[in-house]
This record gives sequence, structure tokens and C-alpha cells, in this order.
Amino acid sequence: MAHVSNLISSDIEAYLASHQHKSLLRFLTCGSVDDGKSTLIGRLLYDSKMVFEDQLAALEKDSKKVGTQGGEIDFALLVDGLAAEREQGITIDVAYRFFSTDKRKFIVADTPGHEQYTRNMVTGASTADLAIILIDARKGVLTQTRRHSFLVSLLGIRHAVLAVNKMDLVGWSQEVFDNIVADYRAFASQIDLKDITAIPISGLQGDNITSRSTNAPWYTGPVLMEHLETVEIDEDRLRGQAFRMPVQWVNRPDLDFRGFAGTITSGSVAAGQQIRALPSGRTSTVTRIVTHDGDLKTAVAGQAVTLTLADEIDISRGDVIAVADQPPEVADQFEVNLVWMAGEAMLPGRSYWLKLGTKTVSAQVTHIKHKINVNTLEHTAAKTLELNEIAVCNVSTDQPVVFTPYAQDKDLGGFILIDRMTNATVAAGMVHFALRRSHNIHWQALDVSRDVRASSKGQKAAVLWFTGLSGSGKSTIANILEKKLVAGGRHTYLLDGDNVRHGLNRDLGFTDADRVENIRRVGEVAKLMADAGLIVIVSFISPFKAERDMARRLMPEGEFIEIFVDTPLDVAESRDVKGLYKKARAGQLKHFTGVDSPYEAPENPEIHIRNASGSAEAAADEVLDLLRARRII
Amino acid sequence: MQLKPVPVSAPPAISPERLTHLQRLEAESIHIMREVAAECERPVMLYSIGKDSAVMLRLAMKAFHPSKPPFPLMHVDTGWKFKAMYEMRDRTARELGLELIVHKNPEGVAQGINPFDHGSAVHTDVMKTQGLKQALDLHKFDAAFGGARRDEEKSRAKERIFSFRTAAHRWDPKNQRPELWRLYNARMSPGESIRVFPLSNWTELDIWQYILLESIPIVPLYFAAERPVVNRGGTLIMVDDDRMRLNPGEKPMMKKVRFRTLGCYPLSGAIESEADTLQAIIQEMLLTSTSERQGRLIDHDGAASMEKKKQEGYF
Repeated sequence: MAHVSNLISSDIEAYLASHQHKSLLRFLTCGSVDDGKSTLIGRLLYDSKMVFEDQLAALEKDSKKVGTQGGEIDFALLVDGLAAEREQGITIDVAYRFFSTDKRKFIVADTPGHEQYTRNMVTGASTADLAIILIDARKGVLTQTRRHSFLVSLLGIRHAVLAVNKMDLVGWSQEVFDNIVADYRAFASQIDLKDITAIPISGLQGDNITSRSTNAPWYTGPVLMEHLETVEIDEDRLRGQAFRMPVQWVNRPDLDFRGFAGTITSGSVAAGQQIRALPSGRTSTVTRIVTHDGDLKTAVAGQAVTLTLADEIDISRGDVIAVADQPPEVADQFEVNLVWMAGEAMLPGRSYWLKLGTKTVSAQVTHIKHKINVNTLEHTAAKTLELNEIAVCNVSTDQPVVFTPYAQDKDLGGFILIDRMTNATVAAGMVHFALRRSHNIHWQALDVSRDVRASSKGQKAAVLWFTGLSGSGKSTIANILEKKLVAGGRHTYLLDGDNVRHGLNRDLGFTDADRVENIRRVGEVAKLMADAGLIVIVSFISPFKAERDMARRLMPEGEFIEIFVDTPLDVAESRDVKGLYKKARAGQLKHFTGVDSPYEAPENPEIHIRNASGSAEAAADEVLDLLRARRII
Repeated sequence: MQLKPVPVSAPPAISPERLTHLQRLEAESIHIMREVAAECERPVMLYSIGKDSAVMLRLAMKAFHPSKPPFPLMHVDTGWKFKAMYEMRDRTARELGLELIVHKNPEGVAQGINPFDHGSAVHTDVMKTQGLKQALDLHKFDAAFGGARRDEEKSRAKERIFSFRTAAHRWDPKNQRPELWRLYNARMSPGESIRVFPLSNWTELDIWQYILLESIPIVPLYFAAERPVVNRGGTLIMVDDDRMRLNPGEKPMMKKVRFRTLGCYPLSGAIESEADTLQAIIQEMLLTSTSERQGRLIDHDGAASMEKKKQEGYF
């Protein structure tokens, strides 16, 4: 249902013609739990006649039953959708609402106020052109106001409305309003929020929402709806920029047609235009802009099209087609803002999927420059990031990525990180710029290959990765195995946890973050040694599946062999060769695997040694059998 | 990276017209469908034959043109749809040259589940919810497009466009993946699946206006015509075939009626209407005072009923 217009009953065709040409504004509302956010949205829907009679009847019934307005209509109930929310009286997830006026159609993202749901606010903010920041006139600028405003600025929303709500409860005092606005502007200048429109309102009574309030003759600015109907939409700005289109899908119905389908993120494209494909840098000319409704002469930012090119250049999903003379940058190391959105902490060095535009690559956070306290804007040092924490970080990817700084273009500057194990979206990121060193360091192509080095030793290179609890017998088996290999004329090296920690990894402790870095370095060293043609034996507790998988991915298929020495904790603890369990139990040793730090057992190891009773000798032979079967030796 | 200089081309003429909201919605839906086609292994489009499905299908034809959509259509049939719906379904698949999978829960059929003896709740659960889960498992579909809109119902307003389901097809509203910008995370483990709602941001008016602009064929039942109906507690039910059980003394009467939503005919309430053109339907909808889902009998089981159904795997 849309708003009521006289044209609907008198001339439906004219009404439809005018509705068809409306623009679309997406905005976000944010405020603290009791600021009256849901009430304001309920009011916008109600005042633009978006509430049907049956909904109104249900609303009146619900207001009496569970309302917070003493039997009066509780507009918040119109929008608080989920049963769990109704019970708690709060909004726990992003909800989208729709209404329209004569001038525009609107999509509202209603996002929760309290701290633990920052990730939902970031979700709602990512697609918004404007943010309404609600303030309770009685309370003024709160910590939560600052947090929301910072997030609005972080997500690059260009227009903010400061809606000072519940003005009826402060007697429509201009002084109260002016003080709050002055307070807020002082804060906003620190976070680069420039376009702010402050409006005194009462969501409950409907003052200055769609019509001008008689209670505040001193206020001469626009009422809320008027402002929403006229503010600039981000897509208008993007159309003026250089042409970019990330390729989503290559369209090949037959041998004669090869089209590149995607949504134009900025600028415009025309048939005959010179383009450049990134990251390859190859150029060509657009021959057709194909759509189901016929070919277009030009297409602009926001349109989903299919382009054909004059030359057969290699372009696939994840590449970007751009105007030839102003291509975007390509890099594999970036400085970014990161919002961590998962319960499990972010660990630098751990490998995540990074999706930017239509490209998905492997990525690691290499360094946390500083965390930002969203309440005070203070910068603090950090080794890990917890849920809802925000930091400036360096990120490196395993392949070059085509990007644009986020401030210019959200579609080619915004990315998500995905956990490799759970597939959950764990972070939102915004690219600041590429780190210069990524332009300069290239892999040296070497003339003697790893296969040549290995075959000159009469073997194939491999990494034999032993994992298991402290005292499980890893090192015993690894030692026997190495002796047997060397006796057979093989070239080997044994990397042992304790030994590496005395040198290469002397700077690392036993926190989760340090354990990740420890294994990352060992994985890289093992890879270089395998490149040298060696059979590398690694004997590390390596408690986390993610890092073992990362080490596995460094190696070609079939050359990484995971050996799980599966000794139950009580057996390992009863052996306690180094006396470490005793210390850990006494609290003298923190972060000890199996005691107060987790061990994630491998799910599909190549070899699973249940070592509680068997001999180390037999276990080593089992590994040798597999190496023979795989023709490594 | 070093780039060869190329001759500077004159900037193309930019159309001064900004995109209309329908063009923006269309582009967003197409973008979503292409992401699924590119990232998922076995997508399927759930085709319910209604007006939203009709729009979704047109958008799919656009998204992959000149190729056909790279996925089949699937209709989870209850056996109780209107005859006109079956005709539309088969004609559409034939004319567009698309693969159509029809799944009817064989256990439900064997037990003779029907809306008269078992009531709307059991009928819907067995034939729709369980039938859908069966079909998705049987064909190992990892992504299923649905035509739901966020303006339809309060729990849908909070659902993501890519809505993740566990291997048991459950929706966990408190643990939804954050969904940012135009970036959709379609990664999942074996057995898990996603429901994808490309029409999330469309409203009922947008759907009708698009049908009008694009001349999309829809089931004639949406248009007012003389039809045989009985009045059941204020709800007009159409007597679509001789399986309709009439109460003692009840006689179908001819009334000029149409349907705002289509489902199983014994569960779909008609409204008396004169609207027999698209313009008239839109006019009637805009001037009407009750919301769209009111004609659906299954939504009235309690305030949070849709949320509960969705958690159990209902689309």
C-alpha cells in the first residue's frame, strides 16, 4: 500500500505514471533502547497512511495487552516483529520498512540500539544514504549516541539527521534543543560527519514528522519528511565517477556469444567505449550493452547489464571492467578499518576468506595498528579483536584484488571476511588505501624448480605434520621416523615445537593470537624447506584446525600429510615427561593446551594414531607405508 | 602496476534521468540472482504460480539473457491448487523452455492429507513445509529462490536476502549472517542450504506496477469474474472442482470475485470486486483498507505464527 493521493481514485493511470518516476532513498534509524525509534518509524508509517485497518485493529488489541503506553496506541508494536523481541521489549535485529510519499519511495532500516548488536547496525548502515540519529531530549548526547554516530561516519553515510525526540517532555524548550545540538556538533566535528540537520520532534505526538509543529515556533528548519524527500541520493554522486563494473558471471549460451554480466558500481558505459579489464590490464572496446529488453546505447551506475567486447580477452568472475584511461588500483596489501562481528576473536595471521566486489580470495590480518574505542574514540594497542570491536589493520591477500578506497565507492572498497570453518560472516572491512610495498615486491621466478631439487635427491618433497597434546608422543614418533628415513638415504628435516620456540619464535607466547602466529611461521618455514626438496617433519601441538588447514593450503595437493597422535588427555597427563601438566594444574602455567586452552582434533587426518597402548616404532612404520603408497619415497 | 597509456576517450553522454525506484529494484534482484548462479552449486527457483513468482521469473529471464536461467523451476504441489494455476504453470514452463520439477509429498498423498479432514495447519505442514524439505533434500538443492517480500509480514521484514538454513532446514533468527552492501555470503557446509529472496525490497504496489509495465502474464483468478463461491464464516471460498465438500444445504452461488493471493483453493478467500483490469486492481488495492495476507487462512494462528513456521522450515 502507498500513501493516499487523490489521483488514485480520480485518475489511476496518472497516479501510476507519477509513482513510476519516484526516486528511492534508503535510510537508517539509530538510537538507544528508550529513545523512541520504533515509535518514530511506526509514526512515519501511520502518518503516510501505510497502516491497514486490520493491522490497526491488531495494533489496538496488542497495545492493550503488551503496550507500554498505558492502553494508548503503542506505535512501536507495529515494527517490533519477532516474538523474542516482544517479550523483551527491544528490537534485536535489522528490520526493513517501506513507505512512499508523492516525491519518493523509502526503505527504512530499523536497527537496534544496544551494544551487543553493533553488527546489525553496521548491516543496516551499509546500504543507507542517510541516518536518523535519535536523542531523548531529557538525556542529551549519550555514550550510545556517540557510538552510533561514529558507526554512521565509519560506514560512510554522508547525511545525518539529529532528531531530538520527546521534546514534549521538556516543554519544547529551545534552550534544551540548542544545547544538545551544540554538544553534538562539537562531537561530530571529530568524526568527520559534516552534513547534519537537527530537528526537534515528538514521535509519540507526531510533531515535526510530516507536518510542522505549533509547539516550536522558534524552529524554522525543515520537518523530517520534507528533509527526507529532498536530500541527495548517493547514486547521483556515483554516476559522476569513472566507470567500473565487477564481473559477476560470464554469459556463454553458445560459441558465438560471450558476455560479461555485472552491476555497474560507478560511472557510465557506452557502446564503442574503450575499457580495461583488471587485474590483467588488457584493453578492448565495448561492442554491445545487452539486456533482455534490447541493446542499450549507455548504462549508468546501479544498472545490471551484460557487456560484449571487440577482443577475445580473458575475463572471469571477480575481474573488474573499467574505463580504459582511469582504471582502479590493484593490490594485495591494504590498510583497512575492520568491524569484528563474531563471537570468536579475530586472530592476526589466521586465514579467512575475503570477499570484495565479486572476488573471493584468501586473506590474513597481518597487523592490528590500533583499536578504536567507539565511545571515546581513543586509540589503544591490541593483539586480537573481540565481538563488536573496531580497529585499523593491515590486511594481506593471496592474490591481487581490484579496489577503490571505500570513501569513493562502497562497492569496490567494502569487503567482508568469512570464517573458513563455519562459513559465517565474521567481519566488515573498509579499504583506506593500498600499502605501497605491495606494488614493489614480486615473487622471483626461479630457474631450478622444487621438483628438480626433490628429484635430484631421489624423492618427492612433503610435509609430515604431527599434531597432538603435549606428552602425546609426537616427538618420539617423529624422531624414529626421521632416523628411518635418513637410514634409507632420504633428505629430511625435523622442525620441533620446543626448538623453534627457542629461536625463530622466541618473541611469541602462548595466547591464542601467538599460537596462530607460531604455526603460521612454522607453516611458511616448512613450505620453504619443502621447496628445497626436503621431506619436512613438523612436530607441534598445533591446537587449532584453522592454522593446520592454512599450513596444508601452502602445499600442493597430496604433499601435506597430517598425522594425528591421538593420546587421551589423562594418558598424556599421567606421562607428564616435562612436568608441564603439573604446573598448569597448579596455575603456574597459563594457556596450556588441554588444561585451560582448547585442542581442536583433526577431522580427517591422513594418519590417525591411537597411541595410548601401541608402540612408537609401529606408528613410524605406518607413516612410512603411506609415503611409499604415495610414491614420496 | 604499470599501465600503458591509451588515448583518452570522450566521456559518454550520461542520461540525465536518474534510475527510477523500479529500475533500482530490478537491478538489485538481477544482481542477487547472478550471485547465486555464480556461487552456488545447485540452485532452484521455487515457483508458486502467483504474481510474485511471475515477477521473479521475469527477472530471472532478464538476469541471464541471452542464456536461459541456469536453474530449474520447482513447484511444491499440494494437489489442491486452482485448476487455472496448474494451466498457467505448465504453459509458462513450456513457452519459456524451462525445466519444471513438480514435487508432491508422497507420504501426504498416501495418507490422503487434505484441507477438509485435516485442517489448514496439518495440510500446510505436511504438503507444503514437509514437501518442500523433502524436495530440497531429494534433489540436493543448495539454494532456493523464493518470492517473499519484506513488506508482507513482520518476521519477513527482519529476514536477510540470503537466509541461511541448517541441514535440518531451520532458520535461526537470532543468528543471522550480517549482510552488508551488495556483498552476499553464499558459502555453506554440505547439507546446509540458503533461501534467497530477490524480491525482499519490493512492495505489493511495486509488483503490480511491474506486471503492468512489463505485460507479465498472471493467473486470471487475480481479475474479477463471475465464479461459484460459498460463504464460510465470512470468507468466500471458490468451488473449483467436485472435491469441494459442501455443508448440508449449502449451495454455491455466482458472484463477481477475484483473489488477492493464491494458494490451495479451499484455503484461499476471494473478495467481491469489479476490478477486471490491472489498473483497476491496483486502484482497488491502493484504496482498500485491509492488508494482503488477510485472505490467507494460515496466518491467523497467533501473533508470532509465521516466525514459528519459518523456524520449522516453511518458506
